[in-house]
Amino acid sequence: MTDTSFTPTTQPGDWASDQEVRWCPGCGDYSILTALRMLMPSLGTEPRNTVFVSGIGCAARFPYYMNTYGVHGIHGRAPAIATGLAMARPDLDVWVIGGDGDMLSIGGNHLIHALRRNVKIKLLLFNNQIYGLTKGQFSPTSEIGKVTKSSPMGSLDAPFNPLAVALGAEASFVARTHDMDRQHMMDTFQRAHAHDGAAFVEVFQNCNVFNDGAFEGVTKKQNRDANLIPLRDGEPIRFGADGEFGVIDEAGCARVVHTADVGDDELLVHDESKHDPSTAFMLARLARGPFEPTPIGVFRAVRRSEYAMATTRQLAAAQQKQGAADIGQMLRSRGTWFV
Amino acid sequence: MTDTASRELPLQEIDEVIIRFAGDSGDGMQLTGDQFTSISAALGNDLSTLPEFPAEIRAPQGTLAGVSAFQVRISDFDITTPGDAPTVLVAMNPAALKAQLHNLAQGGALIVNTDAFNERNLEKAGYATNPLDDGTLDDYRTYPVPMSQITRDAVAQHGVKPRDAERSKNFFALGLISWMYTRPVEPTLEFINTKFRGRTQVIDANTSAFKAGYNFGETAEIFEAHYEVKPAPLAPGEYTNVNGNTALAWGCIVAGQLARLPVFLGSYPITPASDILHEMSLKKNFGVRTFQAEDEIAAAASAVGAAFGGALAFTSTSGPGLALKGETLSLAVSLELPLVVLDIQRGGPSTGLPTKPEQADLMMAMYGRHSESPLPVVAPRSPADCFDVAIEACRIALKYRTPVIVLSDGYLANSSEPWLLPDVNSLPDIGVEFATGFNGTNEDGDGIFLPYLRDPETLARPWAIPGTPDLMHRVGGIEKEDGTGNISYEPENHQLMVNLRQAKVDGVDVPDVEVAGDVDADLAVLGWGSTWGAIDAAAGRLREAGFEVAHVHLRHLHPLPANLGDVLRRYRAVVCPEMNKGQLCDIVRAKYLIDVSHIGKIDGVPFTTGEVTDAVRKRLEELSTV
Ligand SMILES: Cc1ncc(C[n+]2csc(CCOP(=O)(O)OP(=O)(O)O)c2C)c(N)n1
Ligand code: SF4
Ligand SMILES: [Mg+2]
Repeated sequence: MTDTSFTPTTQPGDWASDQEVRWCPGCGDYSILTALRMLMPSLGTEPRNTVFVSGIGCAARFPYYMNTYGVHGIHGRAPAIATGLAMARPDLDVWVIGGDGDMLSIGGNHLIHALRRNVKIKLLLFNNQIYGLTKGQFSPTSEIGKVTKSSPMGSLDAPFNPLAVALGAEASFVARTHDMDRQHMMDTFQRAHAHDGAAFVEVFQNCNVFNDGAFEGVTKKQNRDANLIPLRDGEPIRFGADGEFGVIDEAGCARVVHTADVGDDELLVHDESKHDPSTAFMLARLARGPFEPTPIGVFRAVRRSEYAMATTRQLAAAQQKQGAADIGQMLRSRGTWFV
Repeated sequence: MTDTASRELPLQEIDEVIIRFAGDSGDGMQLTGDQFTSISAALGNDLSTLPEFPAEIRAPQGTLAGVSAFQVRISDFDITTPGDAPTVLVAMNPAALKAQLHNLAQGGALIVNTDAFNERNLEKAGYATNPLDDGTLDDYRTYPVPMSQITRDAVAQHGVKPRDAERSKNFFALGLISWMYTRPVEPTLEFINTKFRGRTQVIDANTSAFKAGYNFGETAEIFEAHYEVKPAPLAPGEYTNVNGNTALAWGCIVAGQLARLPVFLGSYPITPASDILHEMSLKKNFGVRTFQAEDEIAAAASAVGAAFGGALAFTSTSGPGLALKGETLSLAVSLELPLVVLDIQRGGPSTGLPTKPEQADLMMAMYGRHSESPLPVVAPRSPADCFDVAIEACRIALKYRTPVIVLSDGYLANSSEPWLLPDVNSLPDIGVEFATGFNGTNEDGDGIFLPYLRDPETLARPWAIPGTPDLMHRVGGIEKEDGTGNISYEPENHQLMVNLRQAKVDGVDVPDVEVAGDVDADLAVLGWGSTWGAIDAAAGRLREAGFEVAHVHLRHLHPLPANLGDVLRRYRAVVCPEMNKGQLCDIVRAKYLIDVSHIGKIDGVPFTTGEVTDAVRKRLEELSTV
């Protein structure tokens, strides 16, 4: 996954802050933290050039645990804070961490706008399908009928599909991974980091206190073969212990089939760089929830003008055209007269 | 122009004139007013302008809702307001007459485009009978001029389509007024050439219309005189004519240069603040990054992010937007990062009067955030003062690492005045140092970085920006331990941090307030922000009438100048005109237990000098009877 000629200058420990991690024991957030700390040395960057920005929630405590620069912001606004930071400092690596409530409820607006602008920030959405920090209300990704303290008779709200939202917002990089597979997380985060633009990664994250086992149907070891569909660029989409299942495009809908029934040639070949997002969208919506075959990996990775650099280019063009900054000239630009 | 043919009309010297151009939004009244202002500025008059736009972009033609007006006052003496009542009203159609006539001074001159007074237009304006001949205008000196017809005739030679021909009639009006007030014609001819460069037919048409207007004054035997307003004794130097929003934008950009920091503006369009976003977006060659965010929350949040990254960050808005930014500003208070918020106040509540001024966001600026969330507040007093106040706000924000709110308003935003250009070299250096190394040691004696270790004098914390080796640290909205900045829920620590944040703002170095006018008067007028011009002019009038009046005007609203209480206590009475229900009065009463009486006005129109004069005079007369 990384350039073999590269010698890391840091160790995972260099990326850990001195703060005691305060998530509940057993929380999926721990394994995501470990994956990121382990990944960082291989990225060819330094803690001092890295910033983690977050909103509010359990997930959003993340920046405190990384020995980098960090902003623990306010609920939902992390993508906007990060956008300003990335614009002012295109030289930095900016990561945004948030929960499903943070990024899809109160901050949904900022998320979609950051994605459509394609500003170079890496957004990791820790989806536990619940409001963890406020002790267990249903979230915008909770399934209909979820019984929580605020929905004792079952929630009535239809959930968002985070990947479909991101694709609808014209995200140029969209991926999914889960907290039970460190290597898959590291590979996915590495790809997000390498992407020149906004990168959106949904991480299935277990909240063992308020929504335990929400993703077990697909992430538990014994369920993975049958229910996780690893997407590999340029390869036919197949899964199962012996590759006995596959995915086909049936009149614009993705459908799971027995490979033997359709033949290898009928399987959909994954093309993450396909500019039209329809196939990625269809794959994103393949599973109705984390209880049936669910694709993971990179759904979409396309090139699109990066926002912060485009801003910088405009500044350079303006200098060319209008000349260097000259206060006297500006103050006289509307005409002057002498008394 | 045609000197030889001109009738010998008397040339009368007058000390000032207040002209209001009024027409349909499509009639080009702003352009006309702007150009008249420019010529007068070049002649050396003191001046002050007040544009008035309809809230709707394309209100139906000929209706009251579509009337656009521009008031300009020129004088041969120092003035601080655009004047109370126009002495000359140019009305391009019945709607303009109907909407504006009540403003015209008794006996004022009224120049009407009679061609527009047809049945359809009269009906649209709601006139049952034609005001030109039903006695409505008996109290004024009315000059009926068939502007549309003469304009059409004048431009016919250029082959302009009849429908387009009339569009030059604003230049006819400008020509006529230029003649009446003996303005030179060359600057306007030049202006037409530059403004419409490349469109020969338009240049020809506007030039002909302008000349036709000028000649009409000279030859039509309806005017009894023309007038001259001599230059005002302004301080010598180079001047430009600037409105408040432009001055604010320039101040922000210049502050970036003075601080040697890149400028970032996060903003969401809103009247009357959008022009700041527009102006700053034009100055990308200064390295200014402007970001049109998805909403005001994102605008403020992006500015916080940019400030964390080491930019001089701004966010501009009006009242509804400031309300949305509240939570983000309290984050900035907690993070203790420099950030300047420009609030161009408008009438409310809710959408209210988007194009009209009000000063009713003062309490929101002071207290409109959850919990104890103090931040400095400053307010400019005139269009040109916006420049200095922008720099002052940045100075405070940078020195104390705090968000600062600037309270301008819709009046200052669009009103303009001559501005003696500052000597750029004499502007203050407001630069601050970023943290570059450790500022503490741990138990083992190793160097560590304490992001909340304060400067003992200013109580500002270090500003360590990403990219700096060794100073990696996390900031957040959760209460921080004094010094380390680590999360802390300790009761004593929270009390300490609340006190420190307040002490830091209380300790901002605000200059003492100075009393203008009669220091030893019995009565002081207290003001803040854009009421300065009207109060200053009212004090002048009262002085002429034999009264003594002191004027105390605040630029710094939080913290207040240290001497304010002592100064105000010297007076038997303190009155405070504000475009709100008494917000500064309440603050001053609460803080100093001084009984300030409120002079209120919240009708979307700035105080006139007359209104302030009358209200203050009443109080003065009460004082003299006790
Ligand atoms: C403005 C505001 N509203 C509400 C809250 C309360 N709040 C804190 S976190 C949270 C939801 C957290 O859920 P999620 O984003 O899914 O994160 P998780 O805790 O599950 O990781 C809420 C509602 C807040 N902090 N700020
Ligand atoms: S409440 Fe849930 S999400 Fe939050 S720390 Fe505990 S286990 Fe993790
Ligand atoms: Mg959650």
